[in-house]
Formats: sequence, structure tokens, C-alpha cells
Amino acid sequence: MVNIGKSVVIKGELSGSEDLTIEGHVEGRIDLKGNVLTIGPNGKIKAEVFAKSVVVLGEVTGNVTASEKVDIRDNGSVDGDIASPRVAIAEGAHFRGSVDMQRAGQQKNQQQQQQKAAATPPQGQQPNQPQQNQPQPQGQRVGA
Amino acid sequence: MAETTRSLTDLFGILGSRRDSDAAPAADASVANVAEAAYPTKALHKFIASLQGADNPLLLDLGPVVGSNVTFFGEQLGCRLRVEDIAKDIDRHVKDGTLDQLPEFFAKRFTQAPGTVDGILCWDVLDYLERPAAQALGTALSRLLRPDGCLLGFFSTADHREAIYTKYVVVDGNALRYRTYPASRPRQRSLLNGDIIKLFKDLRVTDSFLMKSKLREMLFRKPAPRT
Repeated sequence: MVNIGKSVVIKGELSGSEDLTIEGHVEGRIDLKGNVLTIGPNGKIKAEVFAKSVVVLGEVTGNVTASEKVDIRDNGSVDGDIASPRVAIAEGAHFRGSVDMQRAGQQKNQQQQQQKAAATPPQGQQPNQPQQNQPQPQGQRVGA
Repeated sequence: MAETTRSLTDLFGILGSRRDSDAAPAADASVANVAEAAYPTKALHKFIASLQGADNPLLLDLGPVVGSNVTFFGEQLGCRLRVEDIAKDIDRHVKDGTLDQLPEFFAKRFTQAPGTVDGILCWDVLDYLERPAAQALGTALSRLLRPDGCLLGFFSTADHREAIYTKYVVVDGNALRYRTYPASRPRQRSLLNGDIIKLFKDLRVTDSFLMKSKLREMLFRKPAPRT
């Protein structure tokens, strides 16, 4: 479990493979696809967020995508769209945006269809050739 | 028209007595607060059933954000849910003294493309609007619905003068809790059945229930174009 303290400001892309708690400020993109991200009561995020599970006690501005669950606790705030099969919003939490709670089965089907479509090369193109617009994995960039 | 007439025969499908909430006794005030009474609903489960065949339907909720409702509709429908709190819009216009601008505001209020929304939870927001604003909102919502899309509306038949809104908290497909909170204005004149139908003239009434809570629950559906 990693903790980003109150006084830390990160601008850029944050990715990793450990559970993370943020009490500071992050702007940019957070990518913890296999792990739990907790935005603490002092945390302020202006970012696109991708994680397995997201718990919000602080403020998030930006879209949140979780493969398992998004949990906005009392006094937590999300201003952006949420995509997750499970979403819990506590009484007293703030939320503005849309929620996409596609069922897990539907998501899998869609992913499979997307993978099939990606595997079928357009005429004159080799399979597995990287697409220009596909995001490439990037490391953590701290500070700016 | 014949279908509308037939559906109105259900209008006085009055339900049984108010349902008490969970039997667990309230040990203290905070617990008692949570254990509010639940009221039956006849239209909600029909609304849900009408959307269950759709793949990842888009649902528009015109009430305030209620976390448990988000969870409920997500689990029931696997839907995309957009909350557009109309009560906040009304409050803002009351505060700014611009209620006369509400019809124009509602005509441009929604960003969704016409014919893309599968279901609309209108709740009772139309009760708080004067006729021109209610008509503008009704027309805007009718335009948003896709063919075969469904709208759930509540209309009070009681004469309320208290300035309160009601949050409808879903207990299950057959029951709602009514949770009130302060409003900037009371409900306007109760709408008659014919007035309500005129607000959604592009939609067809499929079900209408007058509940013992003095709430008229109505389900509307947008007719599919004839092939």
C-alpha cells in the first residue's frame, strides 16, 4: 500500500501495480487497473482515473473507470462520468455526471468483440500491428 | 386513442394500505430516521420491465442524486444513468427571479441527441412548474426518448401548499420511500389527467394508477414508427 501525502502535488501520469491512497493533489491520469485507489478526505484529483476499485472520500474531477466498484463515501465528491459494474454513492456525497453500470457479462462481450475487431486486420495491414491511436504503457511521471 | 382509453380503466387501481418498513424496531432516534415508511408503487416495476430487454440502456433521472437508486437501477438494468436534477434548475430560477425563462431553458436544457434515451424517471417535477414550463419540459423529454422508450411520471392529486420536494428512494420494484427536503416553491395547481396527457402529446399512456398516497403514477411510451 502506497500513500501520497497531503503536501504532494503530481502533474502527469501515475501508474502502478499496488494499492494507492492519495491525500495530495494529482492532475493528469491515474492508471491502477489491477488495484484499489483510495482518494482520502484531503485528496484532490483532476484526472482520468482507471483502477480495479475506487474509493472516494475527497474530491475527483474527471471520469472514473473501475473494473469492479466505485464507492463515493459521505463528503466524497465526483464531478465526471463513472463507468463500473458496481457503484455506491453514500448519503451526503456529491456526484455530478453519468453512471455506466454495464453488467460484467456485457462488458466481457464488448471487450471480446473489440478484441476480435482489433485482431481482424484491415486490407493490406498485418495482424498485431500496433494501432497509431492505441495508448502505449508509460511509467510514472512525478512533478512538472 | 383506443389504447389510451383502455389504459385509463386502470386509473383507479387503488392499492392496499401503506406498507410499513422493515419490522426491526427503532432503538434510537437515528435508527428511527432511517426506518421511514415505504409506500407501494405499481408503475416502477413496469418501467423496469420495459427496459430489461435493452442492452446497456440509457436512463435519465430528473430527481436529485440518490445513491441507493443509482445502485438499484444499475444492478437491475446494467444501464447508463444520467442524473439531471430539475429541482435545482427550478430553485436557481426562483432565486434569480427568472421563472418566466424556464420554457426556453428547458427547450435547450438536455445535451443528449433526440431519440437516444431509453427511459426517463420524471418523478413529480412537473408538479412544480407552471403550464408553459411544464409543456416545454414535456416536449423536450418526448423528443429525447427513443421509439419504444418509456417515461415514468408522478403527479400529486392533493392540494399541497408546503414548499417541499420529495426524493423517491427505491426500496424495491414495488415500494418507494418518500423523503422530503426544502423547496424554493410549493407544487403548483394539480394537473388533471387530460392536462398530463397533453404535456406528452407525442407519447402514449400505457398505465396509470391512482395510489392511496394521492399520487398518480403514469407510464408513457413513445410509439415506434410504423414500418
